Amino acid sequence: MRFGRWLLVGGAICIILLLIGLLIGTTGIVRSLTELRHPDSEALVVFWQIRLPRSLGAWCAGALLGLAGCIAQGVFRNPLAEPYLLGTASGAALGVALCLLSLDGVAFGIAWLGALGVTGAACVGAAGAIALTLALSRGVVQTASLLLAGVVVAFLLSAITSLLLLTKPDIWLSMQSFLLGSTALIGWFAVLLLFAVLCVALVVAIALAKGLDALTLGEDTAQSLGLSLPMLRLAFLGLVAVTTATVVGQCGVIGFVGLVAPHLVRQLFELDHRRLLLGSALSGGMLLQAADLLSRWLLQPAELPVGAVTACLGGSYLIVLLWRRNRDN
Amino acid sequence: MITKLSSTHALSCTSLSLGYGQRLVLRDVSIGVQRGTWTAVVGPNGAGKSTLLRALAGLTVPQAGEVQLEDQPLQHWSRRARGQRLAWLAQAVPASELTAYTVVALGRLAHGHWFSQETSRDRAIIERVMRATGSLDYADRRLSTLSGGERQRVHLARMLAVEAGVLVLDEPTTHLDPPHQEDIVRLLRSQAHGCGVTVLSAIHDLSLALAADQLIVLGAAGLIGQGTVAEILERDWLSIAFGEAVSVVQVDGQYVWRPRLGESGT
Repeated sequence: MRFGRWLLVGGAICIILLLIGLLIGTTGIVRSLTELRHPDSEALVVFWQIRLPRSLGAWCAGALLGLAGCIAQGVFRNPLAEPYLLGTASGAALGVALCLLSLDGVAFGIAWLGALGVTGAACVGAAGAIALTLALSRGVVQTASLLLAGVVVAFLLSAITSLLLLTKPDIWLSMQSFLLGSTALIGWFAVLLLFAVLCVALVVAIALAKGLDALTLGEDTAQSLGLSLPMLRLAFLGLVAVTTATVVGQCGVIGFVGLVAPHLVRQLFELDHRRLLLGSALSGGMLLQAADLLSRWLLQPAELPVGAVTACLGGSYLIVLLWRRNRDN
Repeated sequence: MITKLSSTHALSCTSLSLGYGQRLVLRDVSIGVQRGTWTAVVGPNGAGKSTLLRALAGLTVPQAGEVQLEDQPLQHWSRRARGQRLAWLAQAVPASELTAYTVVALGRLAHGHWFSQETSRDRAIIERVMRATGSLDYADRRLSTLSGGERQRVHLARMLAVEAGVLVLDEPTTHLDPPHQEDIVRLLRSQAHGCGVTVLSAIHDLSLALAADQLIVLGAAGLIGQGTVAEILERDWLSIAFGEAVSVVQVDGQYVWRPRLGESGT
């Protein structure tokens, strides 16, 4: 199958998933169908204000994660790189924990975090973690020290978060839903934000995609082709930071989508990064949309955390990939 | 011993000192690579061949001294202009998942702009260099699925696609079987003598290096000297560089390194 046709088919699948997404909820599909024929005002609210933005938002968030994962794997020239490797996830978690604590009345000068709300606090935390990682690795000169700094920051901030939560065990439950990721609370504002960031990030990433191609030949070769490595890294890590911070702010920490989406595309085609980035965004969107559906449908009328579903889907896919690779070698 | 620097040099350096941190690998090196010739850098492991080549290609900043490309200090060239005039081939290029064609097309990067698509001129050049290196047959295959020799042809094509006046190569023949090594040396020579391109390469295999127009000899203590093969052999610089007698014979007008097996070393 050609890549162009695959994009069309993928787009069609996304639209079908979107339509199914409108029907699945706590009320069951059959009732949704009858409601659709004779919609009352309550049903309309459910369709337009809850299910539609949720499905669209899940797609946008997945696309952002797929894009960020593809960029991260390209910049670090490491197929296991993922969007959270700069410490964004643990930074956001710490931000949310502080926010919840301040709302709970624990005040050590963090009332402003409470005022930001969970979304704002997550974004601030993610940005802070990235800043800390960059400071520790002294800029973007060496990718190895960047990776190491990212790991250190992630551990450090997670430890602080755990310590804080020990003091207030009841906050742990609300934290849990954030840490496992959730698409349940996406409203129209979030959809617009995610979509806007996705559009800008896609355009910038595709414009710079040849830099990622050149990096696959090693840093010396890329440099000899007239590229500035520090500028390239700064631009790409900036993209990873902005996209993941946006997603984490809106949906919490959804794992595995950013790691798996680029591999899905790479398995199928030999692609340069322009098309690989586009494909990763599409497959990431599809993946999270499907995971969102499953999370609503599997335990109806209860709901699974979407992050748990993506971890199951993504994890099992990686196992298949590993198994196939071992067999081929 | 120090070559007089003049405008016949496409690439040269003066009083270059190179190293990592506190440790200097090369001190006060001045050499020049003549336009339209193939110059080979030889010397024992760890003498600093790669370090010197990387500095001459502008990939590292020297601790002291200056590199000149086309008689202008390297840092005066913009990245883009330098990328158009000097092409680099690394010793070990990672196995890319890109297709051979995409890799070769990257050679045109310094000539285009970020958003620009391949022009018909780019495509013509890419096809020409892939044909010249014999890599056109597997243009659509992933680099990671090619053999070492095939991969090296692709990388050579990528370098030629830059259409640079100066080519710098770090050990282009390592890990290749002898016929493939031969092909690559023939290609480098035809670039220098046929197209007027200046070629500078480190070459591990002494017999291949002796086919070059000029040699730059590095020893454990730094630069020993630069000259034509005849000059180098006359002064026995290879023996000084490797710390033991190196025996070279001439077969059909071609210098060949003769391994002295069965004799005790000096």
